[in-house]
Amino acid sequence: MRNNSKLANIYLGFMLVVMYLPIIIVIVYSFNSSRISSIWGGFSLKWYEELLRDRSMFDAAKNSLVLATSSSVLAAIIGTLAAVGMPHVNLRGKGVVEYISTLPIMIPEIILGMVFLVYFALIGLPFGMVTLVIAHTSFCIPYIYMLVKARLVGIDKSLAEAARDLGASEVRVFFDITLPLILPAILSGMLLSFAMSLDDVVISIFVTGVNTNTLPIKIYTQLKTGVTPKINALSTLMLGVTLLIYILSAWIGKKGSHREDLQMEGK
Amino acid sequence: MIKRLYECIRSLKINCLAFLAVLPLFAFTFIFVIGPLAYMLILSFLQRAEVWGVVNKFTFKNYRDILEPVYLKTFIESFKLAITTTFLITIIGYPFGYFMAKLDAKWKKRMMMFIFVPFWTSSLIRLYGWIIIFRANGVFDRFLMTLNITDAPLKLLYSYPAVLVGMVYVLLPFMILAVYSSAEKLDWSLVEAARDLGASSFQAFLTISLKLTLPGLLSGVVLTFIPSMGLFFIADILGGNKVVLVGNLIQEQLMKAHNWPFAAALSVILMILTSLMIYIYRRISNVKELEGLV
Amino acid sequence: MGEYILELDRIEKSFGDVKVLNDISLSVKQGEFITLLGPSGCGKTTTLRIIAGLEKPDKGKVYLEGKDVTNAEPNRRNVNTVFQNYALFPHMTVEGNISYSLRLKRLDRARIKETVSKALELVQLVGFEKRMPSELSGGQRQRVAIARAIVNEPRVLLLDEPLGALDLQLRRQMQTELKRLQKHLGITFVYITHDQEEALNMSDRIAVMRDGKFEQIGTPQEVYDQPKTSFVASFVGSANIIYGTVSHVNEDTLVFENKNGIGIAARNKINILKGQKITVAVRTEHISLTPAASNRNAVGLMGVVKEKSFAGGLLQIFVNLADGQEIIASRHGIDSLLVPGDNVIVTWAPEKAILVDLEGAQ
Repeated sequence: MRNNSKLANIYLGFMLVVMYLPIIIVIVYSFNSSRISSIWGGFSLKWYEELLRDRSMFDAAKNSLVLATSSSVLAAIIGTLAAVGMPHVNLRGKGVVEYISTLPIMIPEIILGMVFLVYFALIGLPFGMVTLVIAHTSFCIPYIYMLVKARLVGIDKSLAEAARDLGASEVRVFFDITLPLILPAILSGMLLSFAMSLDDVVISIFVTGVNTNTLPIKIYTQLKTGVTPKINALSTLMLGVTLLIYILSAWIGKKGSHREDLQMEGK
Repeated sequence: MIKRLYECIRSLKINCLAFLAVLPLFAFTFIFVIGPLAYMLILSFLQRAEVWGVVNKFTFKNYRDILEPVYLKTFIESFKLAITTTFLITIIGYPFGYFMAKLDAKWKKRMMMFIFVPFWTSSLIRLYGWIIIFRANGVFDRFLMTLNITDAPLKLLYSYPAVLVGMVYVLLPFMILAVYSSAEKLDWSLVEAARDLGASSFQAFLTISLKLTLPGLLSGVVLTFIPSMGLFFIADILGGNKVVLVGNLIQEQLMKAHNWPFAAALSVILMILTSLMIYIYRRISNVKELEGLV
Repeated sequence: MGEYILELDRIEKSFGDVKVLNDISLSVKQGEFITLLGPSGCGKTTTLRIIAGLEKPDKGKVYLEGKDVTNAEPNRRNVNTVFQNYALFPHMTVEGNISYSLRLKRLDRARIKETVSKALELVQLVGFEKRMPSELSGGQRQRVAIARAIVNEPRVLLLDEPLGALDLQLRRQMQTELKRLQKHLGITFVYITHDQEEALNMSDRIAVMRDGKFEQIGTPQEVYDQPKTSFVASFVGSANIIYGTVSHVNEDTLVFENKNGIGIAARNKINILKGQKITVAVRTEHISLTPAASNRNAVGLMGVVKEKSFAGGLLQIFVNLADGQEIIASRHGIDSLLVPGDNVIVTWAPEKAILVDLEGAQ
């Protein structure tokens, strides 16, 4: 009963193939020298070349990276500080605020986009990178907050007490003890935020300015208007980046776990 | 408030520092989450001005407009699509998550990676792949024609089935992960005990495994249903103009018709519906706990 | 205030509705090894945490070297703690852990390195500088925790059941080492344990605690041979608690009786009146059992042997008295001639019977 039957494994395999099929097709056709995807014209890198020469793509890529980085960093700061401080704060309604701050990932994206659009218009913020960063930060904060909060719960309380006993002030306890131990959670949260931000199309469409394009927006508009295999090349590259981010996050996860082993034993 | 801040910094006691630490989150949430949502609510009750913007007049008109058949139909269509999507995802995703939990540790890790990488990849990219497959004379057509199943290209793209495939495809990992995390914690010795007592594999599954992984299944349902009400760009890309969902409607009203109050009203209704779903989910999972099924 | 390095003055502490510490007072001399002994939940850890500054008392004061530190933060007291689970920082090396307090004081690197080496020598972990806590055994982590605490040269060292997680052999070894260390460094140790053997072995003085109060504070000998209450008598070593009414008062002894028979106790110059109700404690090893059959005139408590068992290196004989009370007699050896069912007379030497729970006599 514990191991899968052959049928089960076949099912898993089949589903995996189906899951990867579109991705593989995109990658394969990025090397197709023919413009029309249904005809194979031979292996070629020309779409990549075209891609690299496309200035607007470059700008969009740059914007996406800046956006993703700013949002994850900002979310990391706000989220981490809040997660660390929340258990020690005694304000009525802190649970409510905590809940509301996670709303951006719980309500449908279309609503979030719409809501930001009208609000930013109301308060007169210029549409562009600023509004994009604010919007993205709002849905990145919950990930980091929850991950750090979970990690904090698992940390031995007596460590902070020992540090204070040895002479550390509250601030020092945070930097010397707490921060190093929650770092894996912060980093995974940042990576997740980074990926979410890079991927976001719905919210970005609503809150971006006329002159600011992000990669997903660019891909989206091209998908609607007219596709060139340049998109395939772009997609393949983005896939590579995602893979890289994933490997990074797994590596960080491993580094964090040996400390957890110690805490389990120490009890 | 200022005095408190001052004392705070002087003594650097933990409560004060903690207060400062949560301040950014509080501020951000108030200004950029509560603010916008509150404004949306207010907006839905305002009247649309002639050409652009709003007039400060309280009205229920926006909500009444929603009851118009054409808009109501959109809601119903979206609802139907969401239900169908969730249903398909459940059938496809539950076995996947369940079988995945039964793999040995090495394969579990690999599977996680296999699922996560597409998950983190831009959904647009993955959808694009389906466009290539589905378009007239695309991969799928040629595949079928080679096998002599059909001899004319099926117009699969820009159709309801295509949108369905897209939705299922994008949201599937949520269900898989939800079921997996629940199934992973399953105590297999319970199943073995059931077998030992005379249950067939299937019976053991129905009475033990299914009941115990129900929480995961339910989370998965919630995690897929809610987004599927709002993912308008999938319908946009794969459905062309044939499939119009609430999401598309909101976007259209906002960007093209500039009828902000109406778009706000639509969003409010959408939010109420999704909140209802979450509430029902919570009630169901609590009831299950009381009955000792969980 | 001059001779006492640590003083607790009428400390009270509650957590929610539960009163954990109920008017605790203690004076500790410089260089003393004092142990707080008591069952789980009696409040000894809370007391320690209040001394360390990790908790603040609701009422009462804490004085360190004559200064009122009741509300001072833990990082401002010259007191260090060895935690029960060691609380070693998992992300720092052994060296990093031990040198932490020194680095906070911004001492120069050479001095720090030297101090750390000396500390490692003291706890016999030379060469372990670069190891990570996760690579150490329980006993080794224990010693790093101690090194980390003493390197600060605190005036008082607090140890919270430090040997609890170690196996018996190691525990005995560490007990000797800790005692040696304390004598060598001359630091005042405030030690917590629930193991009375440990307390008796290591301490200069023991404070026996129950339900947030000190029942008795005294040297190991005082606490063992002259327990003041029935709780102390039973907790430290094992004792039989016998109740009775005084029937005769003599110069040095008194005679009492209860439903089971007659007993004698030493008077120890205490004022006792005939008819007074008393409680007497007799240690199990001081109980004598004589077969009733062989000695019809012996005077004592009447009972029937219930069972014999061998535990902790001693033979224990359980006797049921007429009113249902159980008396335990222990001695060395594997067996005795008595068997279950035998009628016996329970007696003891008068000076081995101690009057306890005397009102007003604290």
